[in-house]
Amino acid sequence: MKLNKSALFDKIEGEQFRKELQNFSVGDSVRVHTKVVEGDKERIQVFAGIVIGVKGRGLNLTFTVRRLSYGEGVERIFPLHSPRIDKIEVERHGDVRRAKLTYLRGRIGKGAMSIKDKESPEAAASSRTARSAKGAAAAA
Amino acid sequence: MPLGLIGKKLGHTRVYNQDGIMTPVTVVQVGPNHVIQVKKKDGPDGYEAVQLGFDEQKESRLAKPVVGHLKKFKSTAVKEIREFRNFSKAVQPGDLLGADLFAVGQFVDCIGTTKGRGFEGVVARHGFRGGDITHGAKGWHRRSGAIGCRLFPGHVNRGLKMPGHMGVVRRTAQNLEIVQVRPEDNVLLIRGSFPGSEGDYCIIREAKKISIGSKRFTSIHDARKKAKDAAAGAAGKKDEKKAAAAAKKK
Repeated sequence: MKLNKSALFDKIEGEQFRKELQNFSVGDSVRVHTKVVEGDKERIQVFAGIVIGVKGRGLNLTFTVRRLSYGEGVERIFPLHSPRIDKIEVERHGDVRRAKLTYLRGRIGKGAMSIKDKESPEAAASSRTARSAKGAAAAA
Repeated sequence: MPLGLIGKKLGHTRVYNQDGIMTPVTVVQVGPNHVIQVKKKDGPDGYEAVQLGFDEQKESRLAKPVVGHLKKFKSTAVKEIREFRNFSKAVQPGDLLGADLFAVGQFVDCIGTTKGRGFEGVVARHGFRGGDITHGAKGWHRRSGAIGCRLFPGHVNRGLKMPGHMGVVRRTAQNLEIVQVRPEDNVLLIRGSFPGSEGDYCIIREAKKISIGSKRFTSIHDARKKAKDAAAGAAGKKDEKKAAAAAKKK
């Protein structure tokens, strides 16, 4: 019997995947709960910020979260499937047009952390009809 | 005494342990290994060994003497045949060996054939420094320099490191830990890497230096157990403290 190599690797890596489905993308504001070991104690630490990039795929997928801490930009890279990550909460979905939000790094003050909210599908549809109605009215 | 298997390198991946520490692993298919022949000290061969065969092959693609040898021991046609001296497990011709010959936490030596590099210069082949790239150097960048003296001794010393063919030699990576054993696929996950390309045959052998029961093996596993117990003990203490605090409150 011939061994199916890619199926085997999918199996080995798939066993280690995070059980719950992750539903976030670049531009979203997330709260990453990580397990931190201090001395002999283990506690949960939360890192909240904007996802500014996703790299790799499968087991090797990592994402970068940027936040402002006392006015200083801090970025942390998390391996998505690491057992050290307890859970990832999505606070809001952002509306962005880039895969990597490195442009946020140059921003200071209010603009540094503000990303337009992503419209829900229904809201997007209604605004589209409103816009087209407006356009029709203008043409008339 | 050494146990061993013929394996086939499948590739590399990574594995998380419970603490979230990532380990790079090599995935090796190690079976089924067919026991073809068992040689005995008091038999006609005069030494103890087990001959193993691995990987299916069409009979028409094997040399006739090999087919004859396999037929003699009623074995199926195999691609790769290797002999293991002083095999510590008692086996019979016709037995099938697989990944469960080894256990997690055991150390193995992995023997492979290094990738071929072709004709290489001294910088790549022997790690010579070469010459300066700048500072006025003209055409003397990756050379080896002088290779001998003058009239005495009048010849170049034997074994002097020079350019030549590099790679395609048998090399052993010692003391690699087994991270996972998957008997259902006959696959071992071995920590780190060892010589050879993906798809190459290799030998996975019980480690000579850290065999089970050796001083080094027990010391490694004792240390690990101690660390684990310490962590568990500390956690236990914490619970005790909590319980005590709760009792006080009451």
